[in-house]
Amino acid sequence: MATTLTINGEPKSFDAPAEMPLLWVLRDVLGMTGTKFGCGIAQCGACTVHVDGKPVRSCLLPVGAVRDRAVTTIEGIGASTAGAKVQKAWLDLEVIQCGYCQSGQIMSAAALLAATPNPDDSDIDAAMAGNICRCGTYVRIRAAIKQAASGRQS
Amino acid sequence: MTVAENIADRVSRRALLTAGLAGGFLLAFHLPVRAAVNEPVQPPDVTDGKFAPNAFIRIDVTGHTTLVMPQVEMGQGVYTSIAMILAEELDADLKQVTLQHAPPNDKLYGNPTFGLQVTGNSNSIRAFWKPLRNAGAGARAMLVQAAAQQWQVEPASCTTANGEVTHKESGRKLSYGALAAAASGQTPPKDVPLKDPKNFTLIGTPLKRFDTPDKVNGKVVYGIDAMLPGMKFATVAACPVFGGKVGKVDDSAARKIPGVQQIVVLDDMVAVVGDHMWAAKKGLDALKVTWDEGPNARISSKDIWQDLRAASEKDGAVAKSIGDIAKGLATGEKLEAAFELPFLAHATMEPLNATVHFKPDSCEIWTGTQIVSRVQAEAAKAAGLPVEKVIVNNHLLGGGFGRKLEPDMVVAAVRVAKQVDGPVKVVWTREEDIQHDVYRPVYRDTIAATLSDGKIVGWKYRVTGSAILARWLPPAFQKGIDIDAIDAGADMPYDIPNFHVEYVRAEPPAVPTGFWRGVGPNNNVFAVECFMDELARKAGKDPVEFRRSMLGKKPRLLAALNLAAEKSNWGQPLPARVGRGVCVQPSFETFIATVVEAEVDEHGEVQLRRVTSVVDTGIAVNPDTIKAQLEGGLIFGLTAALYGEITIDKGRVQQSNFHDYRMLRIDQTPKIEVHVVKSGEPPGGIGETGVNAGPPALRNAIYAATGVALRRLPIDRALISAGKKA
Repeated sequence: MATTLTINGEPKSFDAPAEMPLLWVLRDVLGMTGTKFGCGIAQCGACTVHVDGKPVRSCLLPVGAVRDRAVTTIEGIGASTAGAKVQKAWLDLEVIQCGYCQSGQIMSAAALLAATPNPDDSDIDAAMAGNICRCGTYVRIRAAIKQAASGRQS
Repeated sequence: MTVAENIADRVSRRALLTAGLAGGFLLAFHLPVRAAVNEPVQPPDVTDGKFAPNAFIRIDVTGHTTLVMPQVEMGQGVYTSIAMILAEELDADLKQVTLQHAPPNDKLYGNPTFGLQVTGNSNSIRAFWKPLRNAGAGARAMLVQAAAQQWQVEPASCTTANGEVTHKESGRKLSYGALAAAASGQTPPKDVPLKDPKNFTLIGTPLKRFDTPDKVNGKVVYGIDAMLPGMKFATVAACPVFGGKVGKVDDSAARKIPGVQQIVVLDDMVAVVGDHMWAAKKGLDALKVTWDEGPNARISSKDIWQDLRAASEKDGAVAKSIGDIAKGLATGEKLEAAFELPFLAHATMEPLNATVHFKPDSCEIWTGTQIVSRVQAEAAKAAGLPVEKVIVNNHLLGGGFGRKLEPDMVVAAVRVAKQVDGPVKVVWTREEDIQHDVYRPVYRDTIAATLSDGKIVGWKYRVTGSAILARWLPPAFQKGIDIDAIDAGADMPYDIPNFHVEYVRAEPPAVPTGFWRGVGPNNNVFAVECFMDELARKAGKDPVEFRRSMLGKKPRLLAALNLAAEKSNWGQPLPARVGRGVCVQPSFETFIATVVEAEVDEHGEVQLRRVTSVVDTGIAVNPDTIKAQLEGGLIFGLTAALYGEITIDKGRVQQSNFHDYRMLRIDQTPKIEVHVVKSGEPPGGIGETGVNAGPPALRNAIYAATGVALRRLPIDRALISAGKKA
């Protein structure tokens, strides 16, 4: 039975069981591979997407629970003000190493800035502690979030 | 090369990245198998009518310049650094540059240290520094010759910049594209002079990385992102007990899962193939497998440690001996200790994967590997095909850390794909990744040292653990010595008159062991630097002062230590239960001094407050990359020190995912300052150095804060809490 979701502002139709996690719909059914599989148990945050602007772990979110709510992925986050600022700061400060976790990091950071335009360190800790980076880019993630918030140029 | 072309279609003004690779393990020694590779006069096998003066550079008639990357990009920034070195000597126009992953070819792209196409041991820039400069300079010289011939002028009267040759006197210019055809007919010059480093315009600048723009918008393609028409998705499970086999399989429930297409049963593993990973995972959960666990089902960590401790009491093969160790150990006050390090998993963020399209007469593979030529060879064996029938498309790696120096994930995928019609993407679950890794070995290091007049006069050090090289590169294992296992132990930096280092090979039963970011120095820097603090305390000296007095023959390391002490406020008062710990290390031909400041509570919990590192890596090709590798490497090492341990019970790994194999997170990350020392020395290795620095500096900070001398990792909160002093 075909399901239709609004992803990055566009309707996408597909066949998938309602209990199938959104992550696998995105990656394997729709071929939107920017959202990453990392752990499958919502421990690492690599699969973070936005549903109605809120960050969620798509590896455990049944696609049936999304229904008519708006999904935003890394492929579309640059269209939002906060997302574009985060992407720019990420490049300005050269945050990224291997980059595999960074889709999730950027989605978490963009959600943080959209909700809290001037986050302090504890806001950043709370919003970002669910995202593991094995390359250890945390110092630059923190700095880039602050830069994106302040609008400073590098 | 569709990946490359797609990217080229939509690029910015920055150089483009086109095809796929990995990196992060480099050795601080030269292996005896060193082969003559990467001679810049060696033409690549396919040039497609381009000016292709060597294996790394192709320039077409439009001036578009493709740089082929002999090392893989795993996050360490090496694609950018390699491109900078080539472009520096070539005087290329970066706006016209595209990067391409090298195909499997040891002869053209082998790392000179190994004679193999391998990215590891913090060896990319160290090993390729000269070959890449020669390649760039040689190509430039041929372009200049071609222009000079056309203009009937002396080559020496021409200059180059931004992909153009200029004849100064007449003001004539020709682009590299316009010269590509004529340059192809030039004889490659011998002994081309290289640039004087003071004339470098790229090397030494913090150039933005070429691989990162596509990593902020989801466009980057890792191996796990390969998508092919008609592709199926599979996940695998090996016997939970190492070495066990598949007994009986009841697939009746698994077959009923919607989307499950096929169950593949091999002798040692099962795979479920489906329309997507979700079906494959659900199918695997529903598959009832009775395993034939075999003889390893009784093995536990306790037994492994018992065996290792017993082995470490034996004499080992002598790796180095200076002075008279018997006399040295009979002089002054003696101190002895043993240090122990656990098994560790790699846990690359990109779970292990390979996509394989097997046909009767060919096999095509999409993956991200640190050893693309070996992957091709091993895949060919598994496929039962000649090597030339196996195509490997390498990718950017979502982390490597040494895990992707092994071909097992690709071999497994080929074995599954042989039974599947059409392409299949095989992705390991995180649980499979943690439980079927090739682990950083357990090590035990025993040290006896003597102090006289506040200085070390005798030092006997014995490393006991796996000989990874004996398995991974057998010719490198000679006379009972694993040169990786003793790396940074046999060549530790302190000037000690009576010095003796031994190695005992001890392979843990059943548990496969392999390289893990930081390799041998991980173990040895830890043991040496921890023991140095114990000796300093015994001698009644400050740890920094104590080290200084024995670093007379290592001026670069001494300078780094002095600067680290200054930048970290070494010696300034701290609150109660806060300590600073220092570590110095000369590994990978890079000299680093690190100070960790940490607070320890009464429960033994540790809070990282501040890390200061000073690094002298010689010429820093891209100084921002050097800083980034230190910052990240420190986190990687500190993660292991705080949490990292794989344990075995009943032949199985007990950890399974990030809830019980913990990672440091942003809320625990301290302020990290990295100071890069300006140097004109040849570049050292960098990718693994921070990993080595973190654990001993943290342990020494805990020692300073509490007086508790920990001798095992990960740190034992109960021991700290009990406050038992050494």
